[in-house]
Amino acid sequence: MSKTFDFSVNGKAVSVSLDNEETPLLDVLRNELGLMGTRFGCGLEQCGCCMVLIDGAPEKCCTKPTWSVAGKQIVTVEGLGNAARPHPLQQAFLDEQAGQCGYCLSGILISAKALLDKNPKPSRAEIAQALDGNICRCGSHNRILRAVEKAATALRAGAAR
Amino acid sequence: MNAPLPGPLNDNPVLDRWVTFPSAGKVTVLTGRVELGQGVLTAMAQISADELDVAMSRITIRSGDTKKAPNEGYTAGSQSIQFGGVALGQALAEVRALFLDQAGKVLACKVSELSIRDGSIYRNGKSTGQDYWTLAGAVDLAIKATGSAARKSVSDLKTIGANSARLDLPAKVFGDSVFIHDMRINGMVHARVVRQPNRDATIGSVDESAIRHAAKGPVEFVRNGNFLAILGGNESAVEAAGAAAANHVTWENVEVPTPLQQEANWLLQRPAVDRPFGAEPADPKGRERFERTYTRAYLAHASISPSCGLALYKDGQLTVWTHCQGVYPLRASLAKTLKLEPSSIVVHHVQSSGCYGHNGADDAAADAAIIAMQKPGQPIRVRWRREEEFIYEPKAPAMIVKVRALLDEAGRPTDWTQEIWSPTHNQRPGAGGNLLGALALPDPPPEPPPNDVPEANGGGATRNGEPLYNIPAKRMLHHLVTEAPVRTSALRGLGATSNVFALECCIDELAERAGQDPVQYRLSITTDARARAVIEKVAVMAKWKAGAAAGSGRGRGIAFARYKNRAAYSAVVVELSVDEAITLHNVWCATDAGLVINPDGVINQLEGGIIQAASWVLKEQVRFDNGIASFDWETYPVLKFSEVPEIDIELINTKDKVPLGAGEVTGGPTAAAIGNAVSHALGARIRDLPLTRERIMAALLRE
Repeated sequence: MSKTFDFSVNGKAVSVSLDNEETPLLDVLRNELGLMGTRFGCGLEQCGCCMVLIDGAPEKCCTKPTWSVAGKQIVTVEGLGNAARPHPLQQAFLDEQAGQCGYCLSGILISAKALLDKNPKPSRAEIAQALDGNICRCGSHNRILRAVEKAATALRAGAAR
Repeated sequence: MNAPLPGPLNDNPVLDRWVTFPSAGKVTVLTGRVELGQGVLTAMAQISADELDVAMSRITIRSGDTKKAPNEGYTAGSQSIQFGGVALGQALAEVRALFLDQAGKVLACKVSELSIRDGSIYRNGKSTGQDYWTLAGAVDLAIKATGSAARKSVSDLKTIGANSARLDLPAKVFGDSVFIHDMRINGMVHARVVRQPNRDATIGSVDESAIRHAAKGPVEFVRNGNFLAILGGNESAVEAAGAAAANHVTWENVEVPTPLQQEANWLLQRPAVDRPFGAEPADPKGRERFERTYTRAYLAHASISPSCGLALYKDGQLTVWTHCQGVYPLRASLAKTLKLEPSSIVVHHVQSSGCYGHNGADDAAADAAIIAMQKPGQPIRVRWRREEEFIYEPKAPAMIVKVRALLDEAGRPTDWTQEIWSPTHNQRPGAGGNLLGALALPDPPPEPPPNDVPEANGGGATRNGEPLYNIPAKRMLHHLVTEAPVRTSALRGLGATSNVFALECCIDELAERAGQDPVQYRLSITTDARARAVIEKVAVMAKWKAGAAAGSGRGRGIAFARYKNRAAYSAVVVELSVDEAITLHNVWCATDAGLVINPDGVINQLEGGIIQAASWVLKEQVRFDNGIASFDWETYPVLKFSEVPEIDIELINTKDKVPLGAGEVTGGPTAAAIGNAVSHALGARIRDLPLTRERIMAALLRE
């Protein structure tokens, strides 16, 4: 018998009916809601490809049971911005060409968003530490760190205006 | 006069395999090279924009498609630009010349009066109303290239040599459906394979009800011999069933690798094919002898996403979607495995995470194809589980490299032997191996005879086994070990990583023995101007100072290589400190990749190679313990953000005539520069990779 869970994704209310309430949130995002931006990397909460914001906190969602997010607010990479209105982080990643294969980027953008929400002026070391839960195998790390610094500056300038 | 065609153009000489003008203002460029995250399609678009004189925005690149794109084998070996890009450029130069000829006829003027700007034809600088698209109907591109057209001269290049933003990056930053994992086809079902642990292993029993119980959703079993797959419409249920299956399926004839076999030294005294190269044995009489042995362990590609493949068999046609490096070789292997004609199979490339060589991509595609043949009309999507990728991806082989040198009075090598023990670096489908799933089928294909990448293609284990330095006699002896405990194949750099690590560490040992600075010593044994230039450049960048005392805990090392001795040149300096573990501080790198298409793209690749090599050297080893014991990111850790050094890279000689492949050049020099810097920091040498804490302690106690 299926159960229904209500939560919000990127500001929109969603209602999902599941036969198995343990179904990972990642599978619901990708297979039920068609939001492919959150990637599957390990299914073990180790690599960070599936990072989303849950009530503002960065969390890996590949094993997170859907029942546990009922009533909560989820933000995925699609909720940050788009080509027409890129989030300053997304713009900075493009400016710095911060990526190679790009598979890890959705999760990294989310981790970076969570950091900048909390700490608008992080040091390079603080950024690196905030991203240690995300694995990048191509070796784009330094570009990514530069991009987050650049986005932080842009966001602070935007807030000051 | 006809000139010889670049290799890939010679193999695919018909011009419309490379470019078409589908509709007004649009250009479609086709390439056999595929996007693996290395930015190759952006570089191809830059080459096309310059050779055709059109804006990049008019160009659509189609790649890796057995229906349309040229057959360029594998996207591998840092050959895409050096060979594929040169072939594409030549094809487009020829197309441009054909259009100018046609314009001359239409406008009744000399071709020398004509020029092209963004696709439009100008006569003596004035618009003619003609362009590629008005002329396209009259220009037959279904003809063969002749090699007669001249490429643009380097001074006329505009897009080539300028930084170009990666065409594929925006979609990835916005979370679009760009990866093969994101593909959904109507009626598609998800599948997981219950992996045969090894060739010849047979299924004992399958507890279907226990697996169904674990799935918590409807699943179906598909079996062909010892190939067993679980299918269903609900991916979560199929994934859970796939994970549970290991506990509910028993196998006979299981062989597992043992801890003893995980060490490189296990390769000694194993059955091997001996392959000698180079000079005759020298007479060592009266000369000083030097001998050192270096090793490295098995490595994983450890792609960030597990492999994925889709297939549909319908009306006698098999369509396969894959992220493999060679769609044509995969098609040939699938045809053999499934007993189909290659003409009834179409293989499309779709992007995935970086592969860095032969990972599970081909095998996941084969899994989907094997299942699709049993479920005609039903699109099948196979996605490997994380553990499956780590355990079943082909590993980079462990290697032993023994260097023997004879020295002159000044301590310079006059005779150099590099003796290499290594399993093969090439079990790509169609080249030296079979598709994994095929081994579980009732009639598995025979084992191919032991072989490695031919030396004409840069070699596998022998890659960079010969120093580029001026040494009068050089030779290699390769023991191609034929019985490896695990399947081995190509990882970025292949044998170059171990060979450069060994030989460049030996060069430092020889410099120290001769009482010379490592930079000066290298310059004293090389007359290659381009090699000297990168070594001198990186020394300036790093503010290298001769004579810094060893053993202070902080150290610097330098190393150099020309990839395959025929692609890009690169010199790397590393600064690090060592206490219980190694902390990387700075890396400087000077690279000569010849004519550079996209400077920022090349730098991105060089940086990636440095970081990946640092990760191999400091952290990585596939462990065996009653099977593969490195099966996730905790048992196979890689370098983290907080562990990455500052990196400073400069490109030199970028306006040379010819591009040189650069994607793999930094791996060997980085490994060796770290080895040399650790030795400098400790005052003790570690000759085995990875540079673990245990080895640091042992080296300190030893010396």
